Amino acid sequence: MLEHYFSIIIKAIFIENLALSFFLGMCTFIAVSKKVSTSLGLGVAVIVVQTITIPVNNLIYNYLLRDGALSWAGYGHLDLSFLGLISYIAVIAAMVQILEMFLDKFVPKLYNTLGIFLPLITVNCAILGGSLFMVERDYTFVESVSYGVGSGIGWALAIIALAGIKEKLDYSDIPIGLRGLGITFITTGLMAIVFMAFAGISL
Amino acid sequence: MKIKKLILEPLFKNNPITLQILGLCSALAVTVQLKNVLVMCGAVIMVTGLSNMSVSIIRNYVPSAIRIIIQMTIIASLVIIADQFLKAFFFEASKTLAVYVGLIITNCIVMGRTEAFGMKNPPLASLIDGIGNGLGYSLILIIVAVLREFFGSGNLLGFEILTLAKNGGWYIPNGMMILPPSAFIIIGCIIWVFRTKDPSQVEDN
Repeated sequence: MLEHYFSIIIKAIFIENLALSFFLGMCTFIAVSKKVSTSLGLGVAVIVVQTITIPVNNLIYNYLLRDGALSWAGYGHLDLSFLGLISYIAVIAAMVQILEMFLDKFVPKLYNTLGIFLPLITVNCAILGGSLFMVERDYTFVESVSYGVGSGIGWALAIIALAGIKEKLDYSDIPIGLRGLGITFITTGLMAIVFMAFAGISL
Repeated sequence: MKIKKLILEPLFKNNPITLQILGLCSALAVTVQLKNVLVMCGAVIMVTGLSNMSVSIIRNYVPSAIRIIIQMTIIASLVIIADQFLKAFFFEASKTLAVYVGLIITNCIVMGRTEAFGMKNPPLASLIDGIGNGLGYSLILIIVAVLREFFGSGNLLGFEILTLAKNGGWYIPNGMMILPPSAFIIIGCIIWVFRTKDPSQVEDN
């Protein structure tokens, strides 16, 4: 049983990496990966938010929205799944806000390290994408916790790797038109090809 | 004059994908087939235009502390409409686009434009700015999709242009183009072309 949850984590980190196999959270991924230290902060923030929001959205979907989910309240005939998108994004925005206040009060050190990245996470599509994949694959609660942890770690790993490569690229002689954004795209493309090597592994 | 500028500027000079770094996720993931891209672009143009206009209409009544949540609600409602519409009339395409229609909510083009333009300008100009940025996004997506579908499977919009070797023709498809990473490399090259044409967009290393 434990093996099953462990394989969900490994799968979410390497085989189905949100950034490099599904291209989610790309805007922040490309724009914020200039330095290893900042991307480390952003990566940690994504792991934390992902681990909280995916299980919470899992509970909301299973006990409020899905077809027949409201039978515990006597409304078994209702199917509210069309409200999914708006509920998930509300949960994400609220969670980020709560997390921000909590960190500010109890862990000010981490709060200062994360800084501006915490509110930015609301519009990071890796977070909403994680919740949508969770719904699509019909995960149970415990599976959704493992998926949240794994997908967060996978995204963090990808952005830290890209930042490392970009720091090295500072010293190379790149054609003028390709400097900055262009070469970042091509680097990310090559990284994605490398990650495809994991695709054949079945767990 | 102003309308023309609002529409044309995001196409080349200030393109959302190649310069503003907005809305990349869907640009990379849905571009294997031209047909899906056209459906996706229609949805994005609709959502950017209307959300920019709606935000602009209420911009003077919204306290700035809660503006993000209000913008999110407007955008999410519009995306739900687009999603339900696609499910009703373009069911096949909506199946292949899967989660990416829902992800228009967090597509940063929408949020970026309401925040940067809709909050400061009158409704009509905002509507046009939204549509213009939607078109700029569509332009890049269509270029990428045409290249990927043409070289990857020899088709355009599902019609066979180059006869494949396995159907008795001569063209051996380039499998690399079907794989998602090729989209990154194509966009990288498009950026290279854009910046060579217009050196003012070049960044310092």
